[in-house]
Amino acid sequence: MSSEWPLWEVFIRGQHGLNHRHVGSLHAPDAEMAINNARDVYTRRNEGVSIWVVRSSEITASAPSEKGPLFDPSNSKVYRHPTFFDIPDEVGHM
Amino acid sequence: MYAQMVKTDAARVRSLDEMDPVERAFQERVDAGQKIEPKEWMPEGYRKTLVRQISQHAHSEIVGQLPEGNWISRAPTLERKAILLAKVQDEAGHGLYLYCAAETLGISRDQMYEQLHSGKAKYSSIFNYPTLTWADIGAIGWLVDGAAIMNQVPLQRCSYGPYARAMVRICKEESFHQRQGYDALMRMVKGTPAQKAMVQDALNRWWWPSLMMFGPSDDASVHSAQSMAWKIKQNSNDELRQKFVDQTVPQAKYLGLTVPDPDLKWNEEKGGHDFGEPDWEEFFNVIAGNGPCNAERLDARKKAWNDGAWFRDGLTAHAEKAADRRAAAKIAAE
Ligand SMILES: [Fe+2]
Ligand SMILES: [Fe+2]
Ligand SMILES: [Fe+2]
Repeated sequence: MSSEWPLWEVFIRGQHGLNHRHVGSLHAPDAEMAINNARDVYTRRNEGVSIWVVRSSEITASAPSEKGPLFDPSNSKVYRHPTFFDIPDEVGHM
Repeated sequence: MYAQMVKTDAARVRSLDEMDPVERAFQERVDAGQKIEPKEWMPEGYRKTLVRQISQHAHSEIVGQLPEGNWISRAPTLERKAILLAKVQDEAGHGLYLYCAAETLGISRDQMYEQLHSGKAKYSSIFNYPTLTWADIGAIGWLVDGAAIMNQVPLQRCSYGPYARAMVRICKEESFHQRQGYDALMRMVKGTPAQKAMVQDALNRWWWPSLMMFGPSDDASVHSAQSMAWKIKQNSNDELRQKFVDQTVPQAKYLGLTVPDPDLKWNEEKGGHDFGEPDWEEFFNVIAGNGPCNAERLDARKKAWNDGAWFRDGLTAHAEKAADRRAAAKIAAE
């Protein structure tokens, strides 16, 4: 036997109320063991209150070469930020 | 260091004008301090150098568990034993973070293990020395982890994202390693004369191998220059060694110990210590596989891997069965 175990990406919720964040990856034969291993590898010092694992092969990523087409269009849309608009002081907090 | 003398395949460092547009764009991003991420274009030499360095670093963390593991069952108190266990477990974690970082460059975990077990891959020379007494465990935390910190702190700024991020995690944990070692020695030097002598003896044996961890002077090395241009390396070996000596000498003094170097003295003008040369012949010998414990370390590592095969196979079989059962249940439900 001895085929290499699949790779899992590990996400940890650091504290209640926060998002899960990607912390790294590890090998494990199945999801259950991936969680067990993630506990040992990534939360030895109370770093989390919840763990997600997902097979790396299940993740679809944007290609680095698509960076321009994907993200450049938002550069020119400065009006999406509230600071684009000058509101006179007399108006009060807005 | 944990990755000593990493080759880069470079004959010399080329200037921006000599690069084609793609490589120039890459180098300019590195120069600007941007991080390079796994799927992005990178020169083949950059990729290969990182694979060598990160895998050597990972192997060092893993093999580094062995000299300390030797004392887990013989720690002087239950508390020291728990601390040492936690420290050694951290080192296993460090190895895993680093193997994962290397895997993002297209080498598999099994390939790296194979390279380690076949003796093809290197790991740090320091782990081929024996741990003869309990004082050696304190000395390793203080000196070996201390030297590792010196090297790993700047690596947090490495240009390759996954390596840099692994280093951030590792550095957070290292300080505990060094302090627990120093703490064990502080306790011992306040003990009986025999205990204090044991600490001095440990320093005598670990001092020079610790200085060797930084590798020979690399001021004239093309590989180092290339690694620095790629921001895989930030400081020269001599720079880091100097910093280590300057930091460690007062700590030895606090313990009431004598650093075993007759040439060691404070140089007011340079604001640092002058010190002697490590025995580089010994270093090259250890790197070549002829250190006091090279064979023992590799055998222990291979034994652990082979003895664990039935367990890994069992987990795989269980995972396959469970998956089959889930698939069957799904079909039955439809
Ligand atoms: Fe470590
Ligand atoms: Fe270490
Ligand atoms: Fe450490």
